[in-house]
Amino acid sequence: MAELVAVIASTHHPFYHRASTATGEDRPPFADEWVRKVEAFRETLTKARPDVLVMVGSDHFHQLWLDNMPQFLVGKAPFYDANWYNEEREFGLPRMVMKGQEDLSDYVLREGLDAGFDLAFSNELRIDHSITCPIITLRPQNDLPIVPIYTNIFAPPLPRPKRFVQLGQTIRQLVESWPSDQRVAVIGTGHLSLELGGPRQFGPHGPDPEFDRKAVEWISTGDIEGCCGNVTLDSLHLPGNATHGFMDFMLMMGVAGEGQKADYVDTYDLFHTMEAYFTWYPKGAPA
Amino acid sequence: MSRYLLNKFLFTVDRDPDLVERYRDDPQGTVAWWEANEANRILACHIGESSTWLAFADDERAALAGHDYPALFALGAHPFLTLTLFIAMFERDNSEPLEFQKEYARKLAHMSLPYPDIAT
Repeated sequence: MAELVAVIASTHHPFYHRASTATGEDRPPFADEWVRKVEAFRETLTKARPDVLVMVGSDHFHQLWLDNMPQFLVGKAPFYDANWYNEEREFGLPRMVMKGQEDLSDYVLREGLDAGFDLAFSNELRIDHSITCPIITLRPQNDLPIVPIYTNIFAPPLPRPKRFVQLGQTIRQLVESWPSDQRVAVIGTGHLSLELGGPRQFGPHGPDPEFDRKAVEWISTGDIEGCCGNVTLDSLHLPGNATHGFMDFMLMMGVAGEGQKADYVDTYDLFHTMEAYFTWYPKGAPA
Repeated sequence: MSRYLLNKFLFTVDRDPDLVERYRDDPQGTVAWWEANEANRILACHIGESSTWLAFADDERAALAGHDYPALFALGAHPFLTLTLFIAMFERDNSEPLEFQKEYARKLAHMSLPYPDIAT
């Protein structure tokens, strides 16, 4: 069976690429420390020596649109082109191409359907910064095949938080039962408190530092029960109007497992939103 | 009320570089042209298979034609779509980083929780 060698949850900050590559007067004062933190985080994936990456993210109204909106979608294609004109325009993100791990996509779809998730699929998926940001931060050489999994955290009605946790638990079971000798890492990105297009956007910190503190505590201690007891679709409006992206962190807590403390935790308090990085090693930390 | 159509306008303009410029330069004309020619196009379908029933309410048309993003927020347009498109049109006029983004927040400062419903 395949081995789950790392579980990684992260924020996806589209400004990292530009900040980390800027030079001279264009380089923001927070860039050097940010790069240092990201490179340390990257090392946690490198050490796990993965062969395949399952990438959980959320399309930001790029390919998925309101006339045909899936709740959970799995890509099944040999390649994925990535990043869109408006991401190039606003964030300076480069065009990218990723290889797909089609046999694992196939397995996740078949077994996921049988496990009670009516997963949508796509045979031609152009992916966006929710998946390319962690490639840029964690695997910039972009040399590993992926299985992209998109969740709807964006266009109500949304699945409830518990459903994200359950999907994470199912993804873990599917990876660990995949008849293969590949080493798999599951990487998912979401948000802590975040406001987009509202009065609390682009402040000196994330819109709700107290929520962020609690969220980091839930994630780093694997406190799924405590998190689910405090987070609802309604309550997620309070920390910021784009905070439903936190449900992708909850999905990753489901992958990591109840009570599983993260082996690596780091945060970085930036303007607009806080960065947060977590890694779990299900079989113990690699040497 | 057609939050869906407001979002469809923002979505289809935002992804087309020429339309972004056209909407910046001539909001009224672009909104009128779009409602007459594009509003009923089903995006994944052949052009002959358009819908027949989509139209803006007067306040929605006025908000788009006036580049009135606080009004779009109040009408429940998806805040991500509005923000992204308006950054594309107006960030270029910044004299310091994030100037437009911060002004955008200030112009919405009168809004309190719960924000307008964005469900479509």
